[in-house]
Amino acid sequence: MPTPATLNPTAPISGCASGRCGSSSQQLDELDASVTQRVQDHPCYSEEAHKYFARMHVAVAPACNIQCNYCNRKYDCSNESRPGVVSEVLTAAQAVKKTLAVAAAIPQMSVLGIAGPGDALANPERTFETFAGLSERAPDLKLCLSTNGLMLPQYVDKIADYHVDHVTITINCIDPDIGAQIYPWIFWNHRRVTGREASEILISQQQKGLEMLVARGILVKVNSVMIPGINDQHLKEVSRVVRAKGAFLHNVMPLISDPVHGTHFGLTGQRGPTQQELKALQDECAGDMNMMRHCQQCRADAVGMLGEDRGAEFTLEKVEAMQIDEHAAMGRRIALRAAINAELAEKRAARHATNAQVIALHRAAPAPGRAVRMAVASSTGAVIDTHFGHARFFHIIEVTADGVQALGTRAAAQYCGGEADCGEAENTLARTLASLADCEVMLCSRIGIEPWGKLEAAGIRPDGSHAMEAVAPAAQAVWQAMLESGQLADAPAHQRRA
Amino acid sequence: MALEIIAGCVNCWACVSLCPHQAIIEAQPHFLIDPLRCTECVDAHATPQCAAICPVEGVIVDELGEPLNPPGSLSPPARVG
Ligand code: SF4
Ligand code: SF4
Ligand code: SF4
Repeated sequence: MPTPATLNPTAPISGCASGRCGSSSQQLDELDASVTQRVQDHPCYSEEAHKYFARMHVAVAPACNIQCNYCNRKYDCSNESRPGVVSEVLTAAQAVKKTLAVAAAIPQMSVLGIAGPGDALANPERTFETFAGLSERAPDLKLCLSTNGLMLPQYVDKIADYHVDHVTITINCIDPDIGAQIYPWIFWNHRRVTGREASEILISQQQKGLEMLVARGILVKVNSVMIPGINDQHLKEVSRVVRAKGAFLHNVMPLISDPVHGTHFGLTGQRGPTQQELKALQDECAGDMNMMRHCQQCRADAVGMLGEDRGAEFTLEKVEAMQIDEHAAMGRRIALRAAINAELAEKRAARHATNAQVIALHRAAPAPGRAVRMAVASSTGAVIDTHFGHARFFHIIEVTADGVQALGTRAAAQYCGGEADCGEAENTLARTLASLADCEVMLCSRIGIEPWGKLEAAGIRPDGSHAMEAVAPAAQAVWQAMLESGQLADAPAHQRRA
Repeated sequence: MALEIIAGCVNCWACVSLCPHQAIIEAQPHFLIDPLRCTECVDAHATPQCAAICPVEGVIVDELGEPLNPPGSLSPPARVG
């Protein structure tokens, strides 16, 4: 949603081949390890991932509650979409249907975002209804949203409730005098507020929202539109402040102000930055912050791998006609993701020479030790990020000296459903245990003491010590430890019992 | 007593969910106000909500055809410096 006009409509774009891709693999290595794991299969954040994973935006949020001088609302929010092409605005139900159809056709789909065409949080019912439908029917997809930040503090709890793990806030300034040159007005408390006062409110809401999201562990990326002569010098300060507050990426994007788009800046002759000016500012901000450089300023209804747009294959009409096996599609996505992540983990390991050697040594040795089947509580299959009691399904993997193989997913009988079904808890846990009976290890982010005991009694060893780690390397480490302690010489415990 | 949306509306949806009486109708070529439902917000808010968020000057008018956001009212002030 909130940013400047977009890609030049005539510019050829094609994923990595695009000259716009300036990010390096090093970049993500510099991020905190926990953040790296969370963004590694996010096409918009990881330069590596954007070659393997796909994202889509659904245009459910048409309305906006502020005015930016680089936006003409006759078209989509110019940040995410190509001026002159108005997105097909979807209802939440249509958006859910379209997402399921796309995610069935493109198994690389890992992220669903709401980026407008207006502001996701100026359309809260439509935005959260879409998230509700998808967390129900495609819980493996990561959810993200973009906002101008005006309504952010009010919705942070709701955002956390839906496990949205990436939020993008467009922050162009932290000085209201600069803001007054970018935002002519906002809609606030049922009235229109103009001038400096408008920017004061907007800026304080953005900063408060940023702090609240970070406090809840939600990843925050900040987008800024570089407007020469207005905020270009100031953005270094913005970068420093948002980083200090915990934003994990700062994405500086160029103002695009072609007069044909009819924006205020376009009509008043405000120019955008040159490539050199943009790069210089990105470099200066990078001293303070991890910078994102392969941003493609996608449309609010973009579909597919970054840099490609397969939106035309999934118009409402076509989607309506599609027959989809949602469950099978989810299985395909999860398996593909596990395979890609294993490959990426290997590549990352290879980049760190010492690690690479260790791995090579393990590989070279004649592989002793049998395969171990493990259940993993993970929302995406990539990171061990789920509490045992909250898992709606488990990824089943088989680990050997050679690596990790995905065997599919199994539904959990989710016993931790709140007090209402407490009486049922015993039964449900027993059903979950039965469905995991062939597993020796259960990897999760956390687990209560009660179910811990029951799992152990059933011959499944719970392991919460790899919380928030990538699945493949963590599983491999667990396997290695079992090997070294001599547990892998005999048949699995449950087979011995049987 | 009712407001009216006239040509120039860009169908941006901003006003639709704000109307306390669901008086705004999605329509082509531009959105419309149901005159039987619109109260000009006098019963609910200090100012008509649709006019307080509409980004386009001159497209929401009262019974006399006077725009609630007259020309110049929404444009940014002239650049300083
Ligand atoms: S925040 Fe609103 S006004 Fe600003 S660019 Fe996005 S849609 Fe346009
Ligand atoms: S004036 Fe108020 S009641 Fe009438 S259409 Fe606008 S928002 Fe609805
Ligand atoms: S806010 Fe104004 S431009 Fe947008 S739909 Fe309503 S009347 Fe039309």
